[in-house]
Amino acid sequence: MIKNLKPAIMLTILLLLLLGFAYPFVLWGIGQLMPEKSTGSPIIQEGRITGYENIGQNFTDEKYFRGRPSAVGYNAASTGGSNKGPSNPDYLAEVQARIDTFLVHNPDVKKENIPSELVTASGSGLDPHISPQGAYVQISRIAKTRNINEEKLKELIRNNIEKPLLGLFGTERVNVLKLNIALDKLK
Amino acid sequence: MTTEITGILLIFGLAVAMAIPFGKYISRVYKGEKTFLDFMSPLENLFFKLSGIDPEAQWDWKQNIKAMLTINFVWFILGMIILVSQGVIPLWNPDGIPAMEPTQAFNTVVSFLTNTNLQHYSGETGASYFSQMFFIMFMQFVSAGTGMAALALLFKGLANKSGNELGNFYNLLVKSCTRILLPVCVLIGTIFIFNNMPMTFGGATQVITLQGDTVNVATGPVAAMIPIKELGTNGGGFFGPNSTHPFENPNYVTNIVENIAMLLIPISMIFALGFYLNRKKFAYMIFWVMTAGFLMLAIPAVVLELQGNPAITEMGIRQDMGSMEGKEVRIGSAASAFWGIANTVISCGSVNSMHDSWTPLSGMFAMLGMQLNAFYGGVGVGIINMFVFIIIAVFIAGLMVGRTPELLGKKIEAKEVKIAILVAVAHYIFILGGTALAVYIYNTTPEAAETLKWLNNPSNHGFSEMLYEFTSASANNGSGFEGLGDNTPFWNISTGLVMLLNRFIPIIGPVAIAGYLSQKKYIPESAGSMRIDSPIFGIVLFSVIVIIGALIFFPVLALGPISEFLLMIK
Repeated sequence: MIKNLKPAIMLTILLLLLLGFAYPFVLWGIGQLMPEKSTGSPIIQEGRITGYENIGQNFTDEKYFRGRPSAVGYNAASTGGSNKGPSNPDYLAEVQARIDTFLVHNPDVKKENIPSELVTASGSGLDPHISPQGAYVQISRIAKTRNINEEKLKELIRNNIEKPLLGLFGTERVNVLKLNIALDKLK
Repeated sequence: MTTEITGILLIFGLAVAMAIPFGKYISRVYKGEKTFLDFMSPLENLFFKLSGIDPEAQWDWKQNIKAMLTINFVWFILGMIILVSQGVIPLWNPDGIPAMEPTQAFNTVVSFLTNTNLQHYSGETGASYFSQMFFIMFMQFVSAGTGMAALALLFKGLANKSGNELGNFYNLLVKSCTRILLPVCVLIGTIFIFNNMPMTFGGATQVITLQGDTVNVATGPVAAMIPIKELGTNGGGFFGPNSTHPFENPNYVTNIVENIAMLLIPISMIFALGFYLNRKKFAYMIFWVMTAGFLMLAIPAVVLELQGNPAITEMGIRQDMGSMEGKEVRIGSAASAFWGIANTVISCGSVNSMHDSWTPLSGMFAMLGMQLNAFYGGVGVGIINMFVFIIIAVFIAGLMVGRTPELLGKKIEAKEVKIAILVAVAHYIFILGGTALAVYIYNTTPEAAETLKWLNNPSNHGFSEMLYEFTSASANNGSGFEGLGDNTPFWNISTGLVMLLNRFIPIIGPVAIAGYLSQKKYIPESAGSMRIDSPIFGIVLFSVIVIIGALIFFPVLALGPISEFLLMIK
């Protein structure tokens, strides 16, 4: 037994050094060549980090475009989805309540124009995106609160649409944080 | 929607296109032929010398299995020590994460030892950077290496015309890591960092958001762990919600690369088998059987998720993007469903959407992928599982046509068939028995919903949560219907044991069969031999897998997802 254990233990130690230590350090070194990317692309405004490009934020203020509902309230230190099943009655009541709330805050919007991602929680709870439709549907509210021309907002959204990869693969989407930063700069 | 479909076609096409040359490369590595990574050999030789291992020593199947179990035992002890003491290890723990509770540590250690990665903890709050790098990521390499080395033993056993030498487990393990896993991981990791995946040892950062809220954002050395998570079909994420997390899967490019990485080795191994044995037709037969099974599950799941949740359609809103609960906008429904099925047929189990929130039948297809456990499969163990079904199919086909069952010039006899059936049945017993036990406990506990707090969803869907957990544990998959409150001693210990048993039984059994076959007399194939590389045998093989699986699992699936579906559309 001891005779068999010794090579196994030695090999484990050596592999640990290679795979648990040297390998992450090689990647860490490569990351140092791209300091911004390897820290997750922070957005820096007035000298402090206001967020990360890919980490969604909670927008509750009427003057901002809202992102998706989050099961964890956009808590980026403890993330997750709702894990509610598609037929769960409590869950369906919650979605219905989100639709009703949305209609109260956006009285000009017809129910059939609300896209589902605005009333369903994302998997990570940090989804930074909504669909272009999810942004367009909020225009009338923002135009009123901010006193901006609706056409101007439409153009802002159009400029912020992220196309599918090479125009061929994936979804069309809008990054809510970037959109709101651009919105603040408008006027 | 069209661009979502082209996205998944791209993923699958690239994965298969790369798998053929990569399979050839893997076969050369295991045969010990020249490869362009031969500059690694001084390092490998140093490892062997310091460990006192003779890499050229040829062992029979028993000696190889003994070596595999010994080193796995060492890893188990190492893992237990690291996880229950992570709170007091001063290195790489900037967020001060405390020690793991013992049953949770047991479950976690077994889970990474067995390449399952069923995570009953959440990465950002439950494991320090030290544990993530020194145990979890390390195990993701070596548990994948173990499965691949076991398959290499099987290759050798099938290639042998006589003798009982299957090669050297330690040699194959080290080469799987240094020649296959490590170089590809460095390459993929670089792509990930380039796409904004964090690679930092600084702790969580405080952020004051645009609206003025204060938020802590967890980061870490993510880009080191994610390559091996996918390439080694491990699936255990750095963060709790796995590849839905924007740091773990920042954009559509990383989604494509991660999805290809998990498909790459399982598909390559099919072609590696063909190159190793010099039987390309046999490999193509396996490829088509596996691909047919995969597509049979993936296509309906993609269609169903794109259609959206019928209960939400009823509320009168738009579902252009499909069923979006638990999914991310940058990934979309199609790529989420495709990834989910790829991840369940392969024993990877990383998720880029929450399977618990999938529409009922898609959830069923995910479970079937793990229950049938024969399409692509995990690195190494995928082909090993398929080998079990091949033995059974050869036996059944032999009975049907009245010929002696033969595989690659070797007679299949009672001993081999018995082992194969035992291995196949063990998987079914673990899933059904485990679920039955959980349901029994749930039903006999007074006020179960409040006292146990297991289920996040009522009725049939709650049942599916328990069924999924045991299915995932037994298939060494690791994904979950994560609504299940699974961090309790019952779930930690029961699924821990299932993972352990159904990791090593399906490796030891088939390697033993390969050992027995290797020693048998070689009978050259003649006009009278059964052709196992023909499409007809492919159909027999496919039927064996699907019919056995369907018969065994239809009743439980009827109680879970099928009932839920029927009640939703009533």
